[in-house]
Amino acid sequence: MGNKPDVWQGTLALMILKTIDTLGPLHGYGIARRIEQTSGDRLALNYGTLYPALIRLEQEGAIVSYWGTSDNNRKAKFYRLTAAGRRQLRRETRSWEEKTAIVTAFLTASEG
Amino acid sequence: MKRLRTWLMRLIGSLGHSHERDIQEEIAANLEMNVADNVRSGMTPDAARRAAILKMGGPAQIAESAREQRTMPLFENIARDTRFAFRQLRKNPGFTCTAMLMLGAGICSAVAIFAFVDAALIKPLPYRDPSRLVGVYEHTDHCDFCNLSYLDYLDWKKLNTVFTALEVYNHNDFRIVTPRGSESVLASRVSAGFFRVLGVTPILGRDFTAGEDAAGAPPTLLLSYATWQNRYGGRRDIVGQTVVLQDAPATIVGVLPREFHFAPAEPAEFWMPLRPENSCEKRRTCHNLYGVARLKDGVSQQTAFANTLLIAKQLEKQYPDSNRGQGANMQPLSEAIAGKIRPLLLILLTGAGLLLMIACVNVANLLLVRAEGRRREVAVRGALGASPARIGGQFATEGFLLVFMGGGIGLLASYWTMQLLRNLIPPDMLARMPYMLRLDLNARVLAFAAIVSVLAAVLFSIVPSLRLSREAMLGAIHSGASRGFSSRGVAGNSWRGLGSKLVIVELATAMVLMVGAGLLTKSFHRLMRVDVNFQHDHLAILELDGPRERYGKDEQAVAWSRRTLARVAALPGVTSVGTTSTLPVDCNCNTSWIVIPGRPDNGEHNDVLERDVSAGYLETLRAPLIRGRFFTDDEDYTKPRVLVINQALADKYFPGEDPLGKNIAFFGHPDKMMKIVGVVANLREAALDSEIRPAVYMPFNQETDSYFGLVVRTTQSEASILPALVAAAHEIDPDVAASRSGTMDTRIQTGLPAYMRRSAAWLVGGFAVLALLLGVIGIYGVIAYSVSQRTREIGVRMALGARRSAVYTMVLGEAGRLSLAGIACGVLCSLASATLISSFLFNTPPRDIATLVWVALTLGGASLVASFVPARRAASVDPATALRAE
Repeated sequence: MGNKPDVWQGTLALMILKTIDTLGPLHGYGIARRIEQTSGDRLALNYGTLYPALIRLEQEGAIVSYWGTSDNNRKAKFYRLTAAGRRQLRRETRSWEEKTAIVTAFLTASEG
Repeated sequence: MKRLRTWLMRLIGSLGHSHERDIQEEIAANLEMNVADNVRSGMTPDAARRAAILKMGGPAQIAESAREQRTMPLFENIARDTRFAFRQLRKNPGFTCTAMLMLGAGICSAVAIFAFVDAALIKPLPYRDPSRLVGVYEHTDHCDFCNLSYLDYLDWKKLNTVFTALEVYNHNDFRIVTPRGSESVLASRVSAGFFRVLGVTPILGRDFTAGEDAAGAPPTLLLSYATWQNRYGGRRDIVGQTVVLQDAPATIVGVLPREFHFAPAEPAEFWMPLRPENSCEKRRTCHNLYGVARLKDGVSQQTAFANTLLIAKQLEKQYPDSNRGQGANMQPLSEAIAGKIRPLLLILLTGAGLLLMIACVNVANLLLVRAEGRRREVAVRGALGASPARIGGQFATEGFLLVFMGGGIGLLASYWTMQLLRNLIPPDMLARMPYMLRLDLNARVLAFAAIVSVLAAVLFSIVPSLRLSREAMLGAIHSGASRGFSSRGVAGNSWRGLGSKLVIVELATAMVLMVGAGLLTKSFHRLMRVDVNFQHDHLAILELDGPRERYGKDEQAVAWSRRTLARVAALPGVTSVGTTSTLPVDCNCNTSWIVIPGRPDNGEHNDVLERDVSAGYLETLRAPLIRGRFFTDDEDYTKPRVLVINQALADKYFPGEDPLGKNIAFFGHPDKMMKIVGVVANLREAALDSEIRPAVYMPFNQETDSYFGLVVRTTQSEASILPALVAAAHEIDPDVAASRSGTMDTRIQTGLPAYMRRSAAWLVGGFAVLALLLGVIGIYGVIAYSVSQRTREIGVRMALGARRSAVYTMVLGEAGRLSLAGIACGVLCSLASATLISSFLFNTPPRDIATLVWVALTLGGASLVASFVPARRAASVDPATALRAE
């Protein structure tokens, strides 16, 4: 467990937003599973990190939470994207792409 | 916007507690989902739950981190921590009281002393733009900040290009006639622009106008605020009334502001324009004024100084007879006002600072012991999900609370302490330091107290948290759980490491303070043992000032002096009496320029002290006669002039010669030849710490004045005769002002050098005693704690056959090592800091080996005595009980 890279805060918010955007309303466990699976189990998500991030996004108004019933009939808290959250996702996706493009360009340039 | 929203949400989150169950349920739900998934993938239910918990982390920790994001933890935690800290401190009143008292004492002394420093050195002077004001002086070989002569002042005022204004002042006794009779008052004469250059405006009436200080201008004066209140009851119609000052009526034109003070010319009840009317102000060789000037914009003090030097050179060329060797000097006015007291204040502030440091280190050590005792509590809180920052925060809160309470006590106490200290200053000393009257707990003093407290609080929060890092917490829960022998030992040892270092710091600081106190005390005693070269006990003194028109002529003055002497000599208990123009142990002032006829001019300005004394004066002092004789009463203005010189003058001007029968004349008066008839030992004319200067003693009857100082030798207590002395003087002439009646012993003991050194020795001595006490408590604490931690180890040793003496050796050895380390550091620090105090010491080397040895022995002895108590406890450990107890 200890040798997998930790997810850092800013990126985690982006991953959460993207996950909810793709799969629709989802509970915390589902979000964590999805992020770990998407990463091909290369990321280990610490729940102590996930919950504060969810609460923070909710406080920022990017997501809202409500109690609902899960697939196997369990009571669970679901998170849904708001309009502001969708905007935030677009903005952060674009900024992430720009950033990685720059770094990639930089790395390829220095390799050649 | 987003940030604001987040903040608001968190604030709302802080207020309710409803979210708490929400979080718990959410975590539980997610855990269940994880378990279910695991079961589905083929795990047994138990293994599935175990794996899920491992994966998620402890529910308590998750809840805590969620809570921290949901709410405003800082905000909430501070409130909760404060309540908890209060409970903790209340639960342990012994610790709390000790810590608060130590802190309170430390902060109290530091703040009280700082208030004095502030009043004297920091508080801006009550003038406009005071940093542009300088004191202006003449300078000769043996006089750094010397008076100006009136004529030189006029030339400087005219020739300088660097001052917007140059004004002068002097300070003197005056006779004032009141309904109660003649009184002697202190007053200052100032040139007309004096208050304008300072930027001070009278609160009532007007300032002096230009020309009001010209010879022949109608006499006017300004009242000090205190005089206005005390003498005239604060009446507003006082302006325009007259006061008979120095036998001439003068009109009151105004009252000075309450906050005005000007230490170099105080105490002064009255301020009058300096009209060049006395004989001194007509001669360029007579120096009686001090200058104060405001620098022009853009002119630095160096430039101004260079300009005055240039003028002095020019005057020296122009008036070679009077100005030979007269240079110039300058200092910031603030220096002229409080420069003398600065070294004393800085020494006291350093002392108080060191004491505060020891107090803080001691409290830090106590906190450390407490933190050690709370390892299990901390470990439990850590296990329940508290982060290290959260636990550190708890300790910080306790530290801050402690400092807050201790500092509060200290601040309150400091207010009383500074009043008390000020009341300990003799009134006439205080009158010379008028800025001390404005002592208060102002914003600067409060800021100082706040800074000191915050530093202490930071120290107190850091020290215990240093020890209780995450690892320590983990270690503690194990040791707490198993109560294992080895882990307990490790914890104790690591605490002893830090605790011992703190104690070494404490002992070293105490040592520095004690060495300082020792040096100051030694220096004070040496000063008090200075040989004044006369017998100073049983001498009463009184100064008499008669109306000039009545005693201005030689025969009048001689008759007055003879009648007074005869009347006083007839008083019961008086064995002899004499008069002098300047009482001894005063100043190296009132000098005259001598020439020795028949010798080539040595090109120097040969200044010697001049004292005009009655026949019987030197006998009354019991001054040792070295050669020749003293005066007789019939040697008056009708007889050839005679002179007694002191040993210093004989050594300097007649080395290897017999001075008796030689002649001396004053510069510019070659006709008035004076024959040396005697040589007297070097009487201490100036302050105790000043150098001995050549002096001439002349018969009062040949150099008369309407003023003299009376010296009376008594058989009974000299203080008891003072009222009779004043009465006798008034019997001869009720219009004579009698002032400064006192005894020679008090005069010697309360002079400025003696006073400053006495207060320094007492106060720093007090700090040193407290420091010693705190240092000893510190080492006692460390050793006692160490013994309590090692009870089991000692039990084992004794069970294995160690003797009691070996236990003593072990414990005392530990104490000895700590004391030695502390003393060694203390010695090094004392040696290194010796130069700081050296300027303040009198005839005492700052690296005085005897003092170092004494202090080291005292401190070492005290530490060993303090450690003896725990050592005895250790040696009386019963092995069986000790082993069972653990």
